[in-house]
Amino acid sequence: MSEIPVLQEPSQAVADRKPAPRRAAGIAHAGFLRALWAIVWKDLAAEMRSRELLSAMLVFALLVIIIFNFALELDARTRYSVTSGVLWVTFAFAGTLGLNRSMSMEKDRGCLDGLLLAPVDRSAIYFGKSVGNLIFMLVVEAIVLPVYSVLYNVNLFNPGLILVILLGSIGYVAVGTLLSSMAVQTRTRDILLPILLFPVIIPALIAAVKASAGFLQGIPMDEITPWLNLLIVYDIVFTAVSFMVFDYIVEE
Amino acid sequence: MIQVCKLVKRFGLKTVLLGLDFEVQEGEFVALLGPNGAGKTTFLRILSSLSRPGLGEVRIAGYRLPHQAAAVRRILGVVSHQPLLYGDLTAEENLQFYGRMYGVSRLEQRVAEVLEIVGLATRRRDLVRTFSRGMQQRLAIGRAVLHDPEVMLFDEPHTGLDQDACVMLDNVLREVAARGRTVVMTSHDLARAADLASRFDILSRGQIIASAGRSEMEPDQLLAFYRQAISAA
Repeated sequence: MSEIPVLQEPSQAVADRKPAPRRAAGIAHAGFLRALWAIVWKDLAAEMRSRELLSAMLVFALLVIIIFNFALELDARTRYSVTSGVLWVTFAFAGTLGLNRSMSMEKDRGCLDGLLLAPVDRSAIYFGKSVGNLIFMLVVEAIVLPVYSVLYNVNLFNPGLILVILLGSIGYVAVGTLLSSMAVQTRTRDILLPILLFPVIIPALIAAVKASAGFLQGIPMDEITPWLNLLIVYDIVFTAVSFMVFDYIVEE
Repeated sequence: MIQVCKLVKRFGLKTVLLGLDFEVQEGEFVALLGPNGAGKTTFLRILSSLSRPGLGEVRIAGYRLPHQAAAVRRILGVVSHQPLLYGDLTAEENLQFYGRMYGVSRLEQRVAEVLEIVGLATRRRDLVRTFSRGMQQRLAIGRAVLHDPEVMLFDEPHTGLDQDACVMLDNVLREVAARGRTVVMTSHDLARAADLASRFDILSRGQIIASAGRSEMEPDQLLAFYRQAISAA
């Protein structure tokens, strides 16, 4: 093995390590965003290479809607009434696969420790992982929706439905990322996540199913609005709670 | 640089660290030796802010743990059993990612420097999952020195490495020590510890039971010193 080159003198990074107090708040804010996007970039880059997470979620989601298609022989009217339920069951189970895989990737080589050792606010790690998980979930949903439309002959290109799917996915990922970071520290992480997640996510799932059904069946807006409001409140409350408790959950 | 006073750490009913006192001066290289289960890894995890101290006080560079953990992490480099690297990213991408997390400026240049230091410049575009254990450990060292930390913690860094990788690691450790960085290294390899460290502390049953400086003994006396301390505990 060749001789190891002498380490360089401390770089400018070290000289810049202690910022002036008046710049500290701005630098902390920039550091938060930089860390958040670094995590998102890392998750996307790793997934582009392995395609483990997206392929597992997609195959599972497509299998579920195909099985439902054969299991439920539906007339045209019934199709619209069951669509929201089938869609959200598919998203919820496929999402669990994705959340488990996303956190396992951090745990397998001790990478979660690597993230926790970084001098950034730990909520940046939570939001980085959440944004990554949300992107994966939205990609799967964007592929599942047209396939579902073709298989069930149901028009799903409804702006209201898209809004509900976005809100429901945000709530699902907000809680799921937090609970998966808890479950991943146990030996039974694969089975523990759904057991922890589904009881907590029930209010958001019910609201999402009801609001989706409302838009698909053309129910008046004033009947859909309470479910939309519930989804929005759920997203805000659980994102805030997750932001506050993530630091304690990942700490040993 | 590191002050630990009456540190206690419990996991449920099991007490792993039992009123541990420990101090390291700036620029010192301390080898922390001890049998399996002595609490070495737990102690290093507390120093690295990955685990909360139960009772007692821990200060690094004047910053108190766990309250000022972010400030401690900024000046800390950690190499553990696991490489803390992403298998689906290349060596270069792993260092770029950690460089962004640490806010390293002139990142491209620094990543190139570090890959040169750890001898992986020619493999920079290869996925880490294709690396041998030794190469992963070399990259892990690169990750740890990327932000040029003032304190470095090594948890049994030689474990699983072949002879060439051990020599490379020893050279990096000497370089780090020669530049006045403070180093704490746990190890079961007494010969390597004797060769590298300036002080030897022996941890057993959650306490430092013996301590000696390099000036107080010849390197070949470390084994006898270690056995005597363990048998007396």
